[in-house]
Amino acid sequence: MAKLNVNGQVIDVEVDGETPLLWAIREQIGLTGTKYGCGIAQCGACTVHVDGVATRSCSTPVSSYGPEQKIVTIEGLAQPGAPHPVQAAWVALDVPQCGFCQSGMIMAAAALLAANPKPSDTDIRSEITNICRCGTYNRVQAAIRRAADGSVNNG
Amino acid sequence: MSVTARASRRGVLGGAAALGAFTFGFHIPGAGRAAAQTAAAPAKPEVNAWVVIRPDETVVVRIARSEMGQGTLTGLAQLVAEELECDWARVTTEYPTPGENLARNRAWGNMSTGGSRGIRESHEYVRKGGASARMMLVQAAANGWNVPPGECRVSKGVITHAPTGRTTTYGAVAEAAARLPPPADVPLKDPASWTIAGKPLPRLDTVDKTNGKQVYGMDLRLPGMLNAAILDCPVFGGTLRSFDAAAVSAMPGVKRVVPVGDTAVAVVADTWWQAKTALEKLPVVWDEGPNAGLSSAAIAETLKAGLDAPEGAVGNRAGDARAAIAGAARKVEAVYSYPFQHHATMEPMNATALWTPERCEVWTPTQNGEAALAATAEASGLPASRCDVHKIHLGGGFGRRGAVHDWVRQAVAIAKAMPGTPVKLLWSREEDMAHGRYHPVTQCKLVGGLDAEGNLTGLHMRISGQSIVAGIFPQNIRDGVDQAVFQGLYPGGAEGPIGYGIPHLLIDHAMRNPPVPPGFWRGVNLNQNAVYLECFMDELAHAAGKDPLEFRRALMRNHPKHLAVLNAVAERAGWGTPAAPGVHRGLAQIMGFGSYVAACAEVSVRDGQLTVHRIVAATDPGHAVNPQQIAAQVEGSFVYGLTAALHGECTVANGRMQELNFDTYPMMRMDEMPKVETIILPSGGFWGGVGEPTIAVAAPAVLNAVFAATGKRVRQLPLRHADLRSA
Repeated sequence: MAKLNVNGQVIDVEVDGETPLLWAIREQIGLTGTKYGCGIAQCGACTVHVDGVATRSCSTPVSSYGPEQKIVTIEGLAQPGAPHPVQAAWVALDVPQCGFCQSGMIMAAAALLAANPKPSDTDIRSEITNICRCGTYNRVQAAIRRAADGSVNNG
Repeated sequence: MSVTARASRRGVLGGAAALGAFTFGFHIPGAGRAAAQTAAAPAKPEVNAWVVIRPDETVVVRIARSEMGQGTLTGLAQLVAEELECDWARVTTEYPTPGENLARNRAWGNMSTGGSRGIRESHEYVRKGGASARMMLVQAAANGWNVPPGECRVSKGVITHAPTGRTTTYGAVAEAAARLPPPADVPLKDPASWTIAGKPLPRLDTVDKTNGKQVYGMDLRLPGMLNAAILDCPVFGGTLRSFDAAAVSAMPGVKRVVPVGDTAVAVVADTWWQAKTALEKLPVVWDEGPNAGLSSAAIAETLKAGLDAPEGAVGNRAGDARAAIAGAARKVEAVYSYPFQHHATMEPMNATALWTPERCEVWTPTQNGEAALAATAEASGLPASRCDVHKIHLGGGFGRRGAVHDWVRQAVAIAKAMPGTPVKLLWSREEDMAHGRYHPVTQCKLVGGLDAEGNLTGLHMRISGQSIVAGIFPQNIRDGVDQAVFQGLYPGGAEGPIGYGIPHLLIDHAMRNPPVPPGFWRGVNLNQNAVYLECFMDELAHAAGKDPLEFRRALMRNHPKHLAVLNAVAERAGWGTPAAPGVHRGLAQIMGFGSYVAACAEVSVRDGQLTVHRIVAATDPGHAVNPQQIAAQVEGSFVYGLTAALHGECTVANGRMQELNFDTYPMMRMDEMPKVETIILPSGGFWGGVGEPTIAVAAPAVLNAVFAATGKRVRQLPLRHADLRSA
């Protein structure tokens, strides 16, 4: 049993403590926007925010989290009724292709902008290390810049 | 609020809805019908197979091909909507199932989504579907007014009787239209008058891919569903000898341990994590079979022998190449090689199956619903008419999810062992890497003859290695020849003829098939053929002391469309003008999948470290259905192509793949990504593919630029093995 604070709610999760956070989120809590891609923290498809920091949820057991740590998944990123500026930029530039890696990409981008609101291209290229096989990297970079510029209307 | 979450066999998770979970089985196409018998009524009224118009004016366009990121869902909908003259803002899409296709005598035609064929091989009948529906809707309105349909006009789904100004809507007449016979003669618009097709419209599937709402196969949940993890014999050709189920059957959540065919074993548990954890503890004994000693080195030796085998299957012959080379003033020779590579879709293989003695249903991401249905029928022991497959958008396909459906067969076999219980099989990344359908391994020996003026008079290109067709569709091999290995090098035709007029030419293939399963890998055989041909063209130009662009141009006089894309990238990149200090350029061109493509790469090499700064790419696909999506595909193709060129290599030792995850099978990431400038040159009159062709020019353009930068020819991929430091 673990007690997790996910998207603003404290949840008792009936799960073995060794279970990676990713699988508790997907299989016990039922939030499947966070993806499994590699299981070894290489690809970033499983990225969530833990206290605002982009975290690869596939490689940390739930036992290392408590209710005091705020976990946010892609489903909890937006405020009700309004997409997060990163999501809005993604839509404006039609970034996703297959889309499977994009939850993790967006979570990584949102965490980057929270820590560094005006990143340079070099910052973006070194900080965003998620893998995309369809090849959306250049649009991801452009969308992060756009979100940083505030040129995307939140509505 | 505090809630409790558990993985329940009822599939209803405490608190999930409150937390923003969107993904329940009932939102999945077909899931309600199969799993809960809450027969979801098919969308009505159906004007024809392609078009449904609801009373609220929603236009549902049926899409037979699969959406895997390439944008075909949007492009095909644009083509239907263009002829339908509906309101694009009201367009939505749905997949007919392969079972419905079978039951309706293939009303939707071929569902295969590979070879960049989505649009180029169905544009005519989907446009006719839209046009035919429009004619029926107008006829229905005209009937209602008792006027000739020729007096009616239609715009954005509103029909107007011009002489009287009366109007009605598609939604209002759709039911009447659905009862009319389809028109016999269905003329299509001239693409020059398109207003929806040909435009850079946003994709229809973007928003759900930014908020976690898009359901992939991996995300599926059906009521009562269990989860399975599988281990197939890691040695190619090996079999399962035994396993000790008792050792794991008491582990948390474990329900069953199931042998799957002769080669694999699966653990079925409440959750996938439990299944995977138990599988890792399961004692398994393999019979490693005849390939237990197989290695990459041994495979390379086999291929090398094929380079000098006396005869090969001929793919292209003009004049007498051997004699021309023997009599040439100068002979140039080189050997290149291209490794096994993995598709590495971001979403590993998965399928959910529900088997009963009466019926079998499968939910899976597939590039070919009909092939998935055939696999389901075969594995289930039921006729195809009592099976169906529900397609789900793919988390990447790239060819892995098209021709063979090994994971579907496995899922059905597991479900068959547990009648009435839906089981979701998900491969771990390691399982996915160990059991790919790999990019074929080949080598190529090229010998060219130059005359005293440095003109190319003869070329012999001997390809040795694997045939994808022999591995997947052996029945299609005739007299030992696989014509597909000559992709991009054909003497003629619309698919991919060679772009050079070489007086004496011989291109032949010595088929050598190691026991590693090959597959159609995005770009297929065009990838290695473009490396071989275009890098060697660069070598010949260098040997002749000529500029690589001028050397090519002299051979391309009778290939104006090949030349046009090459000229376009040369001009945009500034070929012939100085690049930034330390930056060097390389060119490549080829034709494949019906489209002409070229690229110019700009690179620098500092202390042996390669940086690809910029790619200028041009494509002539004939007609451009959505320029924005073409640009996205071209940009993405360079990630795929450059990953392959820089990093991609699967190696074999002891009969098994050695690279089992992204730590040892590195991927290009954003820090390595060059700027990509896309030039779209639709010259009209033909329909070429877009998803694949530009991949092929990525590697040769970069390799030729690396030579310009370092004087080193890298002839063995991937590039990361090459020492680029100056001597």
